[in-house]
Amino acid sequence: MSRTIFFEVEILDSRTKQQLCFLDKVEPHSTIGDIKSLFHKSYPKWYPSRQALKLDPKGKALRDDDILQSLPVGTTATMYFRDLGPQLGWTMVFLAEYMGPLLIYLLFYFRVPYIYTHKYAFTASPYPVVSLACACHSFHYIKRLIETIFVHRFSHGTMPLRTIVRNCAYYWGFAAWLAYYINHPLYTPPSYGEIQVNYSLLVFILCEAGNFSIHLTLNNLRGEGHKTRKFPSPTKNPFTWLFFFVSCPNYTYEVGAWVSFSIMTQCVPVALFAFLGFIQMTIWAKGKHRTYNREFKDYPNLRMPILPFIL
Amino acid sequence: MSAPAMGTTRTAQSDASQKKKKGPGALATAYLVIYNVVMTAGWLVIAVGLVRAYLARGSYHGLYYSIEKPLKFFQTGALLEILHCAVGIVPSSVVLTGFQVMSRVFLTWAVTHSVREVQSEDSVLLFVAAWTVTEIIRYSFYTFSLLNHLPYLIKWARYTFFIVLYPMGVTGELLTIYAALPYVQKTGLYSVTLPNKYNFSFDYHTFLILTMISYIPLFPQLYFHMLRQRKKVLGHVEEYTKVE
Repeated sequence: MSRTIFFEVEILDSRTKQQLCFLDKVEPHSTIGDIKSLFHKSYPKWYPSRQALKLDPKGKALRDDDILQSLPVGTTATMYFRDLGPQLGWTMVFLAEYMGPLLIYLLFYFRVPYIYTHKYAFTASPYPVVSLACACHSFHYIKRLIETIFVHRFSHGTMPLRTIVRNCAYYWGFAAWLAYYINHPLYTPPSYGEIQVNYSLLVFILCEAGNFSIHLTLNNLRGEGHKTRKFPSPTKNPFTWLFFFVSCPNYTYEVGAWVSFSIMTQCVPVALFAFLGFIQMTIWAKGKHRTYNREFKDYPNLRMPILPFIL
Repeated sequence: MSAPAMGTTRTAQSDASQKKKKGPGALATAYLVIYNVVMTAGWLVIAVGLVRAYLARGSYHGLYYSIEKPLKFFQTGALLEILHCAVGIVPSSVVLTGFQVMSRVFLTWAVTHSVREVQSEDSVLLFVAAWTVTEIIRYSFYTFSLLNHLPYLIKWARYTFFIVLYPMGVTGELLTIYAALPYVQKTGLYSVTLPNKYNFSFDYHTFLILTMISYIPLFPQLYFHMLRQRKKVLGHVEEYTKVE
């Protein structure tokens, strides 16, 4: 006869220290995720992804896959709960963030009434670059939507609602701002004419293809299971050869796409958007680069986070 | 994460905060003391200048001109404080400090200096007076703190005077920006119109209006933050008795 020692878990509010829930007869090999599900039963409005459980009210949140018996607790565990607020799954997050710019740009392209002066409503720009810009911008976001649905596999599950609202405000606002100028009746086409447009269009397409290739490569890496963790490496696809020089070529290509788009349209707001994106992506790339270096002893020295040899 | 990990997290945190308290080295501390003393002196010069000009003229009107140069010099000098945070010798947020200093510099140069017609407005005196008193207290507060010899009076003043000075300064600032609006619109100051080859436009008049609107969410947040700080700093004697 084997005796399983059951655990008891009491969950307190991390701020008021009031007891919210007492769970008894908890299996020792339960995960934090299991406990969150049990807690959810008593408090239906706090679904698991909204819960942060910690052993110390000011400490870090426990991971969902942490096992109860491996935690530094006696057979009665005290955990502190914090409400993370409404959460949205990653897929929904990206759909919201990307549908906005896609549709908003089109409103400006078709010169929907009340945006520009009345006489320009529903008119078209005489410049081919303006239609080209619409095609590129739309392609960029459609590609992102397709990747979100079919390619990316997301970790961590969710994002808090407040962050989503803030991100959407940023993406949607900027899309509106740059679309306003490109599709404006007083838009001035690029100074160097067709050469400028065509070359930057070529670079744009190459960067979009590059970015997509990297996403596919990263996706395949994930698919190979969690047993052997490998860092991303160049494959037969020439676009992935950027991995020789950078840790996050997807960001490199993304910056390249936006820079070429700003040259193609010769529009300062687009350049500003590219610049701000570059700053954010550099921060992310540096973080990722550090993680790779820490995790893999044989990580190639030649690689920089985002710009070959430079940054 | 096992028990030792939790323990180490705690000590790691206190280590980190201890490291922060050790903070600036001797050289940095000496520099900061000099900086704060100079700034205190500078704003005292402005204060004295205002008082003398008032006594000489017998009215509050047009006192800006008597302290225009030191005001510009010392308020612009505050930009160094952003550098102090960035380098790490001052444990404040670069973003927060940057925001505060830039808003002051903006008002000094991009509004008051740029739009001559508002310089004789009384609202200018309102915010200059508020800034002067605030900065004298603030910089002497930092000076004494660095020397580990902070008189309670200064600490009290720093966390109490703002209750009146902050709204006073904000009122002066808003009235001044508002006064500048018609002139900016008439002259098209700092504005860029379409068409141009960079496909960019900027309407300074609209920008100033948006700036005024931004005070609505920002001012209460900062004000209540200071009130909370006041409770924490000045109310600490009571807090010790509250701790179990």
